[in-house]
Amino acid sequence: MKHAFTRATLVMCYAGWLAAVGPVLADEPTPEAKPLKLTTTADHTKFKELQKQFNSGPEVTKVCLACHTEAAGQIHRTKHWKWEYLNPQTGQTLGKKTVVNNFCISIASNYASCTSCHVGYGWKDANFDFKSEDNVDCLACHDTTGNYKKPPGFAGNPVTKDTEFPPGSGKIIKGIDLSKIAQKIGKTSRDTCGACHFNGGGGDGVKHGDMDTSLAAPTKDVDVHMDAEGLDFTCGTCHSSSSHDVAGSRYTPTAQDKQGAHIRGKADNGNPATCVACHGNGPHKKDARINQHATKIACQTCHIPTYARGGIATKMVWDWSTAGKRDAEGKHIVRKDAKGHITYESRKGDFTLAENVKPEYVWFNGLVTYTLITDKIEKSEQRTPINTLGGSPTDGKSMIWPMKVFRGTQPYDPVNKTLVTPHTAGNDDTGYWKNLDWDKAITVGMKDSGHPFSGKIDFIKTEMSWPITHMVAPKEKALGCVECHSKDGRLAGIQGIYIPVRDNNKLLDTAGWAIVLLTLLGVFGHATLRIVTSRKH
Amino acid sequence: MSERIYVFKLFERFWHWSQAGLIMFLMLTAFDIHGTYTIFGFEKAVAYHTIAAWSLIGLWVFAIFWHFTTGEWKQYIPTTEKVVAMANYYLFGIFRNAPHPFKLTQLRKHNPLQRLAYLGIMLFVGPLIWVTGVLYLFYDKWAVWGFGNLSLEWVANGHILGAFMMLAFLIAHVYLTTAGHTPLAHIKAMITGWEEVD
Repeated sequence: MKHAFTRATLVMCYAGWLAAVGPVLADEPTPEAKPLKLTTTADHTKFKELQKQFNSGPEVTKVCLACHTEAAGQIHRTKHWKWEYLNPQTGQTLGKKTVVNNFCISIASNYASCTSCHVGYGWKDANFDFKSEDNVDCLACHDTTGNYKKPPGFAGNPVTKDTEFPPGSGKIIKGIDLSKIAQKIGKTSRDTCGACHFNGGGGDGVKHGDMDTSLAAPTKDVDVHMDAEGLDFTCGTCHSSSSHDVAGSRYTPTAQDKQGAHIRGKADNGNPATCVACHGNGPHKKDARINQHATKIACQTCHIPTYARGGIATKMVWDWSTAGKRDAEGKHIVRKDAKGHITYESRKGDFTLAENVKPEYVWFNGLVTYTLITDKIEKSEQRTPINTLGGSPTDGKSMIWPMKVFRGTQPYDPVNKTLVTPHTAGNDDTGYWKNLDWDKAITVGMKDSGHPFSGKIDFIKTEMSWPITHMVAPKEKALGCVECHSKDGRLAGIQGIYIPVRDNNKLLDTAGWAIVLLTLLGVFGHATLRIVTSRKH
Repeated sequence: MSERIYVFKLFERFWHWSQAGLIMFLMLTAFDIHGTYTIFGFEKAVAYHTIAAWSLIGLWVFAIFWHFTTGEWKQYIPTTEKVVAMANYYLFGIFRNAPHPFKLTQLRKHNPLQRLAYLGIMLFVGPLIWVTGVLYLFYDKWAVWGFGNLSLEWVANGHILGAFMMLAFLIAHVYLTTAGHTPLAHIKAMITGWEEVD
């Protein structure tokens, strides 16, 4: 009996050992094992529908929508599609379709070129059908191959067959294989967002200053979050989207986020792209005083010491008024600086570019009011604002924000006193970039945008502010105290707060040093007298 | 001819010299922070100034305890007696080699002017610096503590005013140490504890 019990125990122990070791011993690659795609449940290369030749973008979209039935409808509601946005705070209708800036100025009459960054196909004039589902471009954002291109001039269409463009130029644009691209679709990436957003203003880093192709695979120094060898954030990590609506806006930015970090289960409809949305409102663990600073100073102010840090210059000044010069042979002129940056182009005028730029700082409450083409403007010594930032030290909603202030000189109508929308891009007789004729370009452009033009042209100085929020540096590279706690520091122009050192009271300093000096004089006088009189005695 | 009196006890001497060192270091970092010169730079100067300030607060806790338990606080009770005589001495007598009007004892180790000066420092300049300094340190807590309406500018300026007054005091104080019967007599006494009196 006792023996039997011991034997049974032994067997059980052995069975247990086998059970534990068995899987380890059996852990050899089986022929059926295959690499798993961990981020998706569907392998689009297996879909018969995608294994065919596509001659145009809409053909691909039709296939996508067969399964993703609601996707186009979701896109239709977004700014990415509409290029139109009603700012609920100001009542202004904004969006690329409407606003005028001081870069390439306006999309009106330039659609075929500008809409290469539209998430759609075929927006070639003001009559684009915004209800078309097939014209939604899925690939622009979901391409993972890097081969998907929408060259300017094709109204947002990719080129699927080798094409000479402009016609007669002898330049061939290679056709791309949409089938391969469609089979490899995936999540958005820094590359897909960056294809447009890194190149805003018509070239790498031109517009934003805090976004350029250095963010495609940045080092930690350029962007601590996107660091390709570190945290490796994509744009969507912060700009998380729901139903294809991407969070974050330059029309209604969140200047101050009092909601704190977003937590699962907590009702929260705030902007998920703010710093606070992850870091909360008291992220400085070592020094509470810094958290106090953060009640008035946007995170970006200290944590983005300079923009255009990735080795790519951003445009700072654009003077359209000098455009139109030709060389002795009547040809267009292009001048470059030592670094190869274009500083003058007949088509566009003079440029100033810069890298590692210190931002300018302002009180900003998130309210942005645009000067639209319907607004009257007055030429004066002061620059006309393309956008006016709301904010004050006392409104309780403002923070001190870093800005790229882009300054330009651009054509305007001195009789109607409005900005104008010139026809620039386009291989036709009226496009300014071809014929350098403002009269034709503005007449055609204003007709397209549907606004009166007097026929008179003058140039007006303008400025446009871009909140700086990308290219967050590692914490060691954040601004040191003296950047602001000094005379003529970074916040020299910021009113309404007391900044130690910057705001040292001159009267108090004078009086203080006078007291000290008088004491010293008294002491020296007394001492001298003592020495002199002691000799007499 | 002269006798020696033990006036400054060990703790008192420790307190005095630690305090002297800390105050001088606080001065050094203070005007660095203020932007008068750059030795450590704003950021480090603030950190050192804060550490030194907390050290001095700690020292004061012990010093206050010592003063009350030993009854030494009475040394600072102001008196009008001989104030004029002392002023006269510093203004005239000292140049004529006149005798010192104040006889120092263990129970009255400070002359009447010293009493007034030290009391002034302890009742006015000291509190001004400490109150504004602590408020400055806890700027982030003002709203919680109910001081939301306090002006940082006034607090800062009060602190700076205190610093200038303390600096002026320091200069006069150091100079007057030479007014003993020999120039180094008072300093020696502050080191050894023993003062020689006539």
